Amino acid sequence: MKQIFDKPEALIDIPFHFCPGCHHGIIHRLVAECIDKYGLREETIGVSSVGCSVFLYDYFNVDVVEAPHGRAPAVATGVKRARPDNFVFTYQGDGDLAAIGTAEIIHAANRGEHITVIFVNNTVFGMTGGQMAPTTMEGQETTTTPFGRNMDMNGFPIKMTELLAELPGSCFTARVAVDNIKNLMKAKKILNRAFEVQINGEGFSFVEFLSACPTNWKMSPKQALVRIEEEMIPYFPLGIVKGG
Amino acid sequence: MPKAIFVKGNEAIAMGAIEAGCRFYFGYPITPQNEIPEYMARHLPDEGGTFIQAESEIASINMLLGAGATGARAMTSSSSPGISLKQEGISYMCGSQIPGVIVNMSRSGPGLGGISPSQGDYFQSTRGGGHGDYRTIVLAPHSVQENYDLTMKAFDLADKYRNPVLILGDAILGQMKEPLKKRNYRKKEFPRDWILTGAKGREKRLLKSLYLSEGELTDHNWLLFKKYRAMKREIMYETEFMEGAKLIVVAFGSVARILKSAVQMARDQGMKIGLFRPITLFPFPYAALEKISQTVKNFMALELNTGQMVEDLKLAVGHKMNHVDFYGRPPGSIPSPDELFYEIKKVYNKRIK
Amino acid sequence: MAEIRFREERCKGCGLCVTVCPKKLLKVGAKINRSGYPVAEIDDMGSCTGCAFCAEMCPDLVITVFK
Repeated sequence: MKQIFDKPEALIDIPFHFCPGCHHGIIHRLVAECIDKYGLREETIGVSSVGCSVFLYDYFNVDVVEAPHGRAPAVATGVKRARPDNFVFTYQGDGDLAAIGTAEIIHAANRGEHITVIFVNNTVFGMTGGQMAPTTMEGQETTTTPFGRNMDMNGFPIKMTELLAELPGSCFTARVAVDNIKNLMKAKKILNRAFEVQINGEGFSFVEFLSACPTNWKMSPKQALVRIEEEMIPYFPLGIVKGG
Repeated sequence: MPKAIFVKGNEAIAMGAIEAGCRFYFGYPITPQNEIPEYMARHLPDEGGTFIQAESEIASINMLLGAGATGARAMTSSSSPGISLKQEGISYMCGSQIPGVIVNMSRSGPGLGGISPSQGDYFQSTRGGGHGDYRTIVLAPHSVQENYDLTMKAFDLADKYRNPVLILGDAILGQMKEPLKKRNYRKKEFPRDWILTGAKGREKRLLKSLYLSEGELTDHNWLLFKKYRAMKREIMYETEFMEGAKLIVVAFGSVARILKSAVQMARDQGMKIGLFRPITLFPFPYAALEKISQTVKNFMALELNTGQMVEDLKLAVGHKMNHVDFYGRPPGSIPSPDELFYEIKKVYNKRIK
Repeated sequence: MAEIRFREERCKGCGLCVTVCPKKLLKVGAKINRSGYPVAEIDDMGSCTGCAFCAEMCPDLVITVFK
């Protein structure tokens, strides 16, 4: 018998700090598998952000620079312009990318920066204890929408994948999920394509991962999967929006 | 390159940067420094460099952080309110020990203020204007030539200390035109064992400012503190008219420039007034001033604000043992040599019987 | 003929692996690891086909698969 599944080389073998059932662990692994697949471990410079993924640099065996909250696309712009032959990615949550970092992501995409942005959308601010995020859904209870998100008061959840697709500068934008094996396998294919967009010098690539936050959704990991399938995917549809 | 050319202060800064090997500029338009990004937009591509007009001053400082993380010489420039926006990024650069040059051609505040020159950003510049315990070297030119020379020096200091360096000018220094003698920059080598280039054939590297383990951040802050203390060897200042001086007037930047004429007028009338001009505002030349105060008992700070550098002057010479007078001129009008002469004469007559 | 192995000390008992096994061979059992989590386990190794869905779904790299 031989081993047919193992940890990717680009990941360091230490326990993840994420909550049980959080999808960050899966997504970290998929990104690391991609880095391995394209032989990029020695070429990659990662830009970490602020949120539950703030410790990304402890888990990935690549050069990493920490960015202030929301600013990773701007930091990545500086890195990639200075070192165009390196593979540069950012990894950001929905508070980081869609709240405080809206200007930076839109303009990095609009300039067509040759970077790959991994956007993890769990419809809530995780690290800080479950406050409303720009992608929180109507009626969703969070610590700052204790009576459920109300469109009149709080506006609507933002669909970043579609928004960035509108910009002429963006090359590839897509949304995926890892709530079941079928979606996970599709996510792998799409992530591969996003990497190829940078590797081939085509332009800006963006992949939104719908993700679970059982702790702040006050659900079990299994219930969280159901929420993704029944509530999130209908509003945030999966698939390639641009660059397919 | 012997001939002098006639250039605007802002352009001299951009020229000095390019001469020192700066190949990345990220900025955003704001009066009164727009000639800097405009010069960079026109000339950086010729040098194989990259110019980006970013979406904001916040994006600019973060692009600087990114480029600096790879060891590239990079610069951003702005003016007072834009520098306020950059404080978070500057704090992060200090925490992560990433070099870069930031130019502030001050305008007036607070708030939207105005576009006339001021020196109201002294505290912001020298006390670490953002959060946390950090400092940046602050260089204060007072002429177009110094704009050029100090910008070149700024890149060396940034690389030497792995720290952002701030150039503090103002609207006068940015807009005035004077002869400039360009000179060849002599490249200096600095350790590069920390830059991010992709972990090829070596351990991965990390540039971060987050330290959560027990005691880690304490140690890190003391490390930074020692670095800032070591910066004392970079102190620069200029003195003029010091012979037999009984009153020392202290000013930086464009005020010092105007003051030179005023002190000349005073000397012509027999008043024994000397001029002390700090060039590094951080580290501030405390020791040099303290030494002067052993024999001279009267000092006077003149600034385009309501009182900022005067506090450092008091710290240096002690305002209980010596007289420290102050003439402040909040922004909105530029003092003439006559006006400054009137003020220093007033203090001289009051203090020197 | 296939085998899966669990690094029990890494398991957080999230149960994601249980949801994806096509033959429903997995469960989160009664055994508690040092971190205080109940750990996942396989009932009937003989029926395992080595599809590796469980390993793919595990957020904590608990499972390795042999075939």
